[in-house]
Amino acid sequence: MLLFIIAMNVLLFGITRDITGQSRLTVPADAGVTTVAGLKQWLGMHYPAFKQLQSLAIAVDNDYASDEDTIGPEQEIALIPPVSGG
Amino acid sequence: MPGKQVNNTDDAFHDSEDAGRYSRQVVLSGFGLAAQQKLKEARVLIVGAGGLGVPVLQYLTGMGIGTIGIIDADVVSLSNLHRQVLYNENDIGKSKVETAVNKLSKLNRNVRFEAYNQLLSVQNALEIVINYDIVVDATDNISTRYLINDACVISHKPFVYGAVQQFEGHVSVFNYLNGPTYRCLYSTPPANGEIPDCNTAGVLGVTPAIVGSQQALQVVKLITGIGKTLSGYLQIFDFLQDEQYKMKLKIRAESRQITALRNSYAEVVCNTVLKLSVDELFDWYESGKQFQLIDVRELKDFQTGHLTGAVSIPYNQFNTGEIHINNKQPVVMFCQKGARSNSTAQMLQQRYPEAEIYSVLGGMEYWEDEFDDEYIITPDLQNGGGSTV
Repeated sequence: MLLFIIAMNVLLFGITRDITGQSRLTVPADAGVTTVAGLKQWLGMHYPAFKQLQSLAIAVDNDYASDEDTIGPEQEIALIPPVSGG
Repeated sequence: MPGKQVNNTDDAFHDSEDAGRYSRQVVLSGFGLAAQQKLKEARVLIVGAGGLGVPVLQYLTGMGIGTIGIIDADVVSLSNLHRQVLYNENDIGKSKVETAVNKLSKLNRNVRFEAYNQLLSVQNALEIVINYDIVVDATDNISTRYLINDACVISHKPFVYGAVQQFEGHVSVFNYLNGPTYRCLYSTPPANGEIPDCNTAGVLGVTPAIVGSQQALQVVKLITGIGKTLSGYLQIFDFLQDEQYKMKLKIRAESRQITALRNSYAEVVCNTVLKLSVDELFDWYESGKQFQLIDVRELKDFQTGHLTGAVSIPYNQFNTGEIHINNKQPVVMFCQKGARSNSTAQMLQQRYPEAEIYSVLGGMEYWEDEFDDEYIITPDLQNGGGSTV
């Protein structure tokens, strides 16, 4: 079944690049991540600094996504924290 | 609250001049004289005359917006010049708003400027915003962005959002025709320290110019109706990789249910400390202005010589002692070189969000360079020094 073979691609912006040290990461297919909330949990497990991020927008295929939205392996995820400067 | 009106020229001479001045954009298909007339009738408020605000101001002035409000309480400093290229080395220490109006008036004398040499605050935001058609968020801190958002939602004004950090830029149009707001994107401010503040994050000189130019473009599209705007989307620029990402936003119904400003937006404070040059401080002394001067150098330095009226609160005691300030007078933080005064001013500003708190640039070193021992008192060492708190 496709769902369990393909990993999930996550684009990173702002402070999430500093936290992970990369500009994109992959969530392994066997991580069991099926919702936005599940993704946040997975991120917090692997990068504890994510647990401190109260303010983080997540896009799924370029659409703003809420915690309960489902995500699958062929979708492109983006993590977009606020930026403050000017 | 009317801004200080700096320029108001509306005579026939300027009308006849318009044809030549705007000919290159009026000739554009779909733009024409009708769009130019809309720009002339528009009133736009730009919050922040820094890295984002400078290009917004320059292009909106050049393109012929009728009335431009500018609000900022900062003065030009050397570390601004790599990105705020409207200013030059001779402007260091001068008010950004006054300097900007002075220069922009020479770019286009037909524009009427309304200058507010102050911070946008809970007290003044609604009174000021109501006077404009569009607000441009060109600030450098999160708390003012939430204040702008809430004031615009309450006043039913669209605002053009821009932000930069390191090599990343964000642009959107919020609260336009019941579209998404900033709180639909980020419902609550991040906690202190959650994202890098402007002091530590850094910004490449040219990047705010690109984001600010995008903001100016959005303003012109909102006014004239040409093309599409970024309302409903967040546009992200990755300037390092030269990539862009566009996210479609979702409306959160509760984000629109704002009927009053909050008491304070100071949960996140990011470099909102005002800067005062030694020349300005000297003028304050000369003019007899009332202010509170807090000297955070070591007590022995204070006793060697300090400015008239200064009280001593050494830096290392700053967090432990009770500090009482008079909210009605500006508070001026002072040290040897300007670093300790800046950090204590930030601490004090967090404790007293409504107070007007300055940090003196260059501290005692700059003062002595400029004014030698003027206004410097050498206390009687036998009595243990000057007044302390």
